[in-house]
Amino acid sequence: MKTVKMVVTGPFSAGKTQFIQSVSEIDVVATERKISSDEERSVKSATTVAMDFGRITVDNDLVLYLFGTPGQKRFDFMWEILSEGMLGFIVMVDSTRPETFREARSILETFRAYAPTPFVVAANKQDVEDAWDMEDIRHALRLDSNTKLLPCVATKRDTVKEVLLQLLYSILTEMDLDK
Amino acid sequence: MALRGNLRDFTVTQLLNLINLANRTGTLILDGPSEQAHLAFRDGKLAYARVGKEDGSLALVLHKANKINANQYRAIADRAGQMTDKELGLLLINAGYVTQEDILLNLQKYFTDLVRKLFTWVEGFFRFENEILPPQDRINVRLDLENIIIEGSRQLRELEHLQDEIPSLDMALKFTDRPLSNVNLSVDEWKVVKFVDPKNTMRQIGKTNGLSDIEVRRIVYGLLQAGLVEMTRPAGVVQAPNPKQFPTQDKDEQKTLINKLIGRIRTL
Repeated sequence: MKTVKMVVTGPFSAGKTQFIQSVSEIDVVATERKISSDEERSVKSATTVAMDFGRITVDNDLVLYLFGTPGQKRFDFMWEILSEGMLGFIVMVDSTRPETFREARSILETFRAYAPTPFVVAANKQDVEDAWDMEDIRHALRLDSNTKLLPCVATKRDTVKEVLLQLLYSILTEMDLDK
Repeated sequence: MALRGNLRDFTVTQLLNLINLANRTGTLILDGPSEQAHLAFRDGKLAYARVGKEDGSLALVLHKANKINANQYRAIADRAGQMTDKELGLLLINAGYVTQEDILLNLQKYFTDLVRKLFTWVEGFFRFENEILPPQDRINVRLDLENIIIEGSRQLRELEHLQDEIPSLDMALKFTDRPLSNVNLSVDEWKVVKFVDPKNTMRQIGKTNGLSDIEVRRIVYGLLQAGLVEMTRPAGVVQAPNPKQFPTQDKDEQKTLINKLIGRIRTL
């Protein structure tokens, strides 16, 4: 059995676990713990401390694993381990929480430095009224025009599929460039 | 128990705070990334400091402060011989070169600047030696640590912020489309701008210009905020393929694999 993996990263409560859950054929194996800090508890009640783990079987011989990283900075020692051997990565950002954009930028730069693999940025919760416009998010995250910034609603499978497909297209393009 | 450990676990600011609160006398020795620092304290106050090859002597401090010129500095170093800094200070005061206030202010400034430099040391080891007292052949000051600690904490916060913004100095920089023509840059900013090229990592730019990591980050952060540059992966660096990335090293098979993934995800 051949296996490949992609990493879904982003700040705390960006929607990484939900993203994986939307397309995984197994219940996401999540290492979640109750949240201890008051500030974080006001956003959600449990968080990923080691990783989320989803699976998409392609055929009898090939499986894609999706790994979700813990969003909190104190677990960043896990990031490099999870990024080892990834095909590419997705940075998720909650479009309604601009206070997390700076951290998203930092996570993006950290992952870019780990490995020269393709990546895309998924702007989650684009269906919510107070979501930031895509162009504003692009500026806030300092993304150049070549970086794919994609609208996403982590609970809707179609938008999650589109994010994964766009990342795979980028991987193909990169392979062609390498030739 | 001996006060010793790793700077990763205990910051310089925390160490100064501890020495201050416990009114300790002795010498804090820090083994930093490339230099060793000696900070001597008496009753919790900074008395003397030296870092690396600089001996922290009065002649050196006055020379750095432009109170004596290079020839005078050399002459003192050659002829003063066994003279202590206190004796040298008296000689210079009596000869009208400096005042007592000049000496104290410049020593305080020199020591404070040295300690400031140490705030950026986040890697290395420390130990506090109770038996090593402030050197008697040097002029000792009595610097309160509170202000230095507050400044250090501020710098540490700045460092954390800059590390969040620019996590890795192994990335390179490239210019954006914005013109540089109407921008007023400082000398240090120009030094960095001169080397902006996807071939140069930020670490290399810092090393070439003799800038510390925090100085490079501070300058690059300003340039990023102004939209003049953006971070990019260093060009021309040949990355060894990661064998774990694909189960096969055959390029065509890799492409087939990606196409299979695309096909599968489309059907979800």
